[in-house]
Amino acid sequence: MISRRGLLSLAGASALLAACGSNTGRGGNGAALQQWYHAYGEPGVQQAVERYAKAFTKTPVDVQWNPGDYDSKLATSLLSDGGPDVFESTPQISSVRAGQLVPLDDLFGDARTDFSASILETHTVEGKIYGIPQAVDMQMLFYRKSMLDRAGVQPPSTVDELLDAARRLSTGGVKGLFAGNDGGGGVLGGPALWSAGLDYVRDRQVGFDDPLAAKAIGKLRDLYTSGSLLLGAVKDWAEPDAFTQGLVAMQWTGLWAVPAVRKALGDDFGVLPFPSLGAGGRASVPVGAFGAMVNAKSKRIDEAKEFVRWLWVERTDYQEDFNLSYGFHIPPRKSISDKASKLTSGAAADAVKFVRDNAKASNPPDWTSVMRTAFNDAVSRVVRDGAPADAELRSAAGVVRDELKRLYG
Amino acid sequence: MSHARAFWLFVGPFAAGLLVFVYVPIGWSVLLSFFDARNTVTPVEFVGLRNYADMLTDGPFLRSLGTFSVFAAFIVPLTFVLALVLALLVSQISFMQAFFRSVFFLPTACSYVVASLVWKLSVFNGLRSGLANTVLSWFGADPVAWTVSTSPPWYWLVLVTLRLWLQLGFYMILFIAGLQRIPPVLYEAAALDGARSWQAFRFVTLPQLRTTSVAVLLLLLIGAYQAFDEFYNVLGTDRGYPPFARPPLIYLYYTALGSGGQDFGHGSAGAVILTVLIVGVTLLQGRVVRR
Repeated sequence: MISRRGLLSLAGASALLAACGSNTGRGGNGAALQQWYHAYGEPGVQQAVERYAKAFTKTPVDVQWNPGDYDSKLATSLLSDGGPDVFESTPQISSVRAGQLVPLDDLFGDARTDFSASILETHTVEGKIYGIPQAVDMQMLFYRKSMLDRAGVQPPSTVDELLDAARRLSTGGVKGLFAGNDGGGGVLGGPALWSAGLDYVRDRQVGFDDPLAAKAIGKLRDLYTSGSLLLGAVKDWAEPDAFTQGLVAMQWTGLWAVPAVRKALGDDFGVLPFPSLGAGGRASVPVGAFGAMVNAKSKRIDEAKEFVRWLWVERTDYQEDFNLSYGFHIPPRKSISDKASKLTSGAAADAVKFVRDNAKASNPPDWTSVMRTAFNDAVSRVVRDGAPADAELRSAAGVVRDELKRLYG
Repeated sequence: MSHARAFWLFVGPFAAGLLVFVYVPIGWSVLLSFFDARNTVTPVEFVGLRNYADMLTDGPFLRSLGTFSVFAAFIVPLTFVLALVLALLVSQISFMQAFFRSVFFLPTACSYVVASLVWKLSVFNGLRSGLANTVLSWFGADPVAWTVSTSPPWYWLVLVTLRLWLQLGFYMILFIAGLQRIPPVLYEAAALDGARSWQAFRFVTLPQLRTTSVAVLLLLLIGAYQAFDEFYNVLGTDRGYPPFARPPLIYLYYTALGSGGQDFGHGSAGAVILTVLIVGVTLLQGRVVRR
């Protein structure tokens, strides 16, 4: 017979276990679909997505809000049977190959052409679409108009002009440019390749196996050693603090920073894509979009598909609300972004134009973590350590080639 | 209640937890290391020792093992000597001993993450207003980007001071406990034989601390190879971890759990290699120290 104390400790343990769940839904309803979001920083988003879920009448939906390392938590849960039915993410070829995602091509209907083609492409793996884009985010270069005017510097339109501007804008306590506490290698590696007309992967081949790549990445090294970069700021590149506090004249950050920058600086700022290296190159902005996806291990795939179709294809009013009422994103559907008054003037209008003309996927589906680590390590060693760019990139290209061979044979 | 039942009542939950949450995952990880297991924890394709061969020819993993062997060779003796010196000083003062003991021990109670953020964001940030840079500016020096600069690699200064601050107190307490167990008669006998303080330390204190020293060395060594928290929080960014001072565990973390492809086969093989290395070095060290 179990003693009374034993029983008590058992009860305590199960109460503890029950308290571990972070499900914020209506609780206990086994019939509800599980939908996961990462924790958006802007106030109101959580209430909004819960409101959308409640408005779906065909099936009850429980929304789970996931603060912290969402990517790892999601990836781990997709390995088990306990994952969500519906979640937001960007598709990776590895999860498609592992059979974790359900293709969603049939859900778009007539609306397919209304979604921005370059965004849909970032959700397409080997010809099938695995996510319905929810909101577009992008990165770009912010510059302080008054500081450029005072120094007599024009907004840079080539990489060399960018380096020159950064140098001339570094005076007194102000630095020319902030592009991350790692010296720019992390966020500018991709844009540097694109500036030379190259890419991570192109047509299932290494996209940067080219002498120009060494030249492009070498420019980042020049920038790093020029003394015009801000390094070791308290907030990293994703927050506009260094820019709004006047520590730098230019900063690489994202569209999401526009409201904070406008609040701090009014109209005293402009935005640019990462410039072109020269002839044959092109200006670029890294673009990414979380999409709604369906877990292939879900026991209710049809209901889950119907829910995401309803939420992200049918209810255009929700897409507009989700993109424009809280933070600052570009709606992936042209019919919505065209008529959004918030996006018709100033930096936001420029951003929309950059996404149309200069978009490059910041995280393409077949750029795997092995390739990313190899490339980022190479760039980091070139930029921060002064390692020879051609040798480093050649060895990274070797890793990428092996990985592509493993993926595509 | 019978003895056997009491035994299982008290040991059972712990043993069950250990089995379910420690031994089964370790066994599973060893199993996975022989399989091609990408984005799945149910092994599919048996590949024999290929994952091991890959990891042992894998540049970044070998480099991080090398870096952390050097790190261990440096941090283990340093922490050992400083903790011993602190313990000797604290145990010899006659007033406010409890106060000093607590003061040096307190950082042990601090979270690694919190301490890392304090070091990274306020003490060693790269702005003119950072604490270290403010001190530098008194001497007319330019601000240094502590966690960014690779030549010279200032990030080691940040990481080593942080680790010392967090760990010294704990090892100091171990040494104090060891010192208190040395019978005073030994020192009296040594004094009668004419031993000076250095000789008393060399021939009484040190040999009597042997058990404690072996334990401290063991813990320090394991701690050095298992470094993760402060490295991840000081040098890691949302773009991943730079190829400098990358602990083996962080490399394995990105291999096995990074976004864009979870490779449990290679990750597990690396973890097994690391375990074998730690066990090997520990056994070797135990043998050398005991002699």
